[in-house]
Amino acid sequence: MESKVTCENDLNFKATELRLGLPGTDDSEKHTPPSVRSNKRALSHETTEDSRSKSNSGTSDFGDDEKEAPPAAKAQVVGWPPIRSYRKNCFQPKKTEPESAGIYVKVSMDGAPYLRKIDLKGYKGYPQLLKALEIMFKLTIGQYSEREGYNGSDYAPTYEDKDGDWMLVGDVPWEMFISSCKRLRIMKGSEARGLGSYV
Amino acid sequence: MRENRTEMSEDDERATDLGGGGAVVVEASSNKTRSFGGNGGGGLGVGIGGVVDYCPSPYPDQVLENVLENVLLFLTSRRDRNSVSLVCKSWYRAEALTRTDLFIGNCYAVSPRRAIERFQRVRSLVLKGKPRFADFSLVPPNWGAHFFPWVSAMAAAYPWLEKVHLKRMSVTDDNLTLLAHSFPGFKELVLVCCDGFSTAGLAAVAKCRQLRVLDLIDDEVIEDDVDWISCFPEPVTCLESLIFDCVESPVNFEALERLVARSPSLRRLKLNRHVNLVQLQRLMVRVPQLTHLGTGSFSTLDNPAQVDQEPDLSAFATCKSLVCLSGFRDIVPDYLSAIYPVCSRLTSLNFSYANINAEQLKSVIRYCHNLQTLWVLDSVCDEGLQAVAATCKELRELRVFPIDAREDGEAAVSEVGLLAISEGCSKLRSILYFCQQMTNAAVVAMSRNCPELMVFRLCIMGRHRPDHLTGEPMDEGFGAIVMNCKKLTRLAVSGLLSDKAFSYIGEYGKLIRTLSVAFAGDSDMGLTYVLKGCPKLQKLEIRDSPFGNSALLSGLHHYYNMRFLWMSTCKLTLEGCKEVAQRMPHLVVEVIGDRDECDTGDAIDKLYMYRSLDGPRADAPPFVMIL
Repeated sequence: MESKVTCENDLNFKATELRLGLPGTDDSEKHTPPSVRSNKRALSHETTEDSRSKSNSGTSDFGDDEKEAPPAAKAQVVGWPPIRSYRKNCFQPKKTEPESAGIYVKVSMDGAPYLRKIDLKGYKGYPQLLKALEIMFKLTIGQYSEREGYNGSDYAPTYEDKDGDWMLVGDVPWEMFISSCKRLRIMKGSEARGLGSYV
Repeated sequence: MRENRTEMSEDDERATDLGGGGAVVVEASSNKTRSFGGNGGGGLGVGIGGVVDYCPSPYPDQVLENVLENVLLFLTSRRDRNSVSLVCKSWYRAEALTRTDLFIGNCYAVSPRRAIERFQRVRSLVLKGKPRFADFSLVPPNWGAHFFPWVSAMAAAYPWLEKVHLKRMSVTDDNLTLLAHSFPGFKELVLVCCDGFSTAGLAAVAKCRQLRVLDLIDDEVIEDDVDWISCFPEPVTCLESLIFDCVESPVNFEALERLVARSPSLRRLKLNRHVNLVQLQRLMVRVPQLTHLGTGSFSTLDNPAQVDQEPDLSAFATCKSLVCLSGFRDIVPDYLSAIYPVCSRLTSLNFSYANINAEQLKSVIRYCHNLQTLWVLDSVCDEGLQAVAATCKELRELRVFPIDAREDGEAAVSEVGLLAISEGCSKLRSILYFCQQMTNAAVVAMSRNCPELMVFRLCIMGRHRPDHLTGEPMDEGFGAIVMNCKKLTRLAVSGLLSDKAFSYIGEYGKLIRTLSVAFAGDSDMGLTYVLKGCPKLQKLEIRDSPFGNSALLSGLHHYYNMRFLWMSTCKLTLEGCKEVAQRMPHLVVEVIGDRDECDTGDAIDKLYMYRSLDGPRADAPPFVMIL
């Protein structure tokens, strides 16, 4: 996003810069961060000549809004470009909507050479999550039971919660789980069986 | 997607007739102020106060009048009807009695009472409300254009009303309920860019037993939990067209399936984004005779359990009559191949909600030899447009919308795409093109390669942006368009433009009816050139351009011939507007403010003025000052 800094100093500097090109054929302005723009809108009659010779391709903008804008995204003018708001909204939310940002957590499995990452938001509940893990790591986790965990299985899915504790997947309601889960670990072997029969 | 029938923009119509003839009186083209209420106009020696004395008997030949009425039944073009009504009083009367299609381009130009008094046998009403810039949030909410006074007046006067087409009107659920209850033979409701109603209102309309058409296009429908889809008649409906792609709330799919199954006349169906691919297939097998289809989401992502299975989309192959395809709201491009079987028959394709790239577009376009209308997103890039140019030799209308609708967004299409289109699609009549950069050369080339152009709307999204290769203003490009495109009736300009561009428009734009200007021009001369030079100008909308009072006053000779003038953030003052209001008594001059602030030094922000037979409207909100 180009910055739209418009300040008098830059204007003068640019005007006195020695260049080989004709005025108005400067095509590198686009990449120059404190971009030089005429500070005045084309509305002011007296700046017409200036604006034409200084403006060029990229982003000639006569910022009728912020005069001392920080190098941030330029404020958009109301109703410009002339696109109906329904159309505008159809695509923007996909880029910036925070509520639908995924909850990505690392998944490690004992003995596996590298970790995986999954988006917890892509699952509606524990059954889907467990199924996905089974497919991803090619194993069988089996059924969860409150009393015995994943007894009968060689694997137990566990997760690290906000407090740093390792918990068995499935104990708490799904919504609580996805908001507190920081990473997943699929335990294997005796450790796993130990967890189930610990209680 | 809008076709001729429901497009409702007269500039896009091929014929002069928009769904039936009939225009309200104010469409007559004349420089003189007329009082249309009583007299029929020229042709009579005397026409004062309605008393006519040119013939001994009170009525002229009754037989002739009957013959005339019968002949006039066949006259549908509203412009022709206007001419007829001006011949003499008897013709005026005959025409008024036989006009069945009433077109009112500005709902405030005439009161419902006056329209009903003159035309007593109306079956179809087309009514337009807010100025077009309302689409871009430039008109504050509650400005007006209420449907209520019209529907309540017509409820009493036109019991046989069959069709209502509204554009940019405020419509409430109560209005729709009144409509549904007042007109037993009601057949057709088309709402374009309207707001104020919810699914409850739709439910009321759905119950109309004779309903053939319910088209909702680009409306803002308030979400409600009413299951309107279940409200259509049993056991069979007369539905021919059901368009609801703009309705944001989910619909009861089982009810929709049953509705489609009991609608043997259904030919046009446009679904909203809550209908996925699997559901689409189920619907399509029930209506293989569809001609127009809006595909809904074209996705299965709302149902992750089905992601692994390929959806069955064989129904496309069985729809032999499909000519118009749209939808694709959340498209999964992998499934695009399903539509290949219908491509060669398509005349209209709307991908303007489909985020597809050049390759994906190419895979479809290569079959679309008969395409006449194409709407796409700029995600297809110049390369995609080049493919269009190579295949779509019959293309009449192209619209390229931006995915990233910001001034300094990513540039995906440019002059390269425009040039390619101009070289490949010589029959082009209408183009709307959003881009970040453009050159005069490409625009000039289009003016030469596409002599049939009637509508040229170029939107260079960066304000005041010049030709990016030469640094010149875009004057020469637009100048070439008005010079070379002899049929041009609608023009929208953008980029860096000086008064010279407007002098070209005034000199060559003799057929232009609609002109849109934004961030352009140097001085009052710009607007003056246009007002003095364009005799056919009807609709002029200007924003953020340096035109002031003297420019405004240079158009007094023409304002009665125009439907409206909109000027916002220009250099007008209250004094200038007051002077216009004073000198033009039949013009309604509205100054629209956003805040309750007093004048900021006499400068005004928004001017909207239009001719009217009935003077200032009574429903103006507090932020509108009528001078």
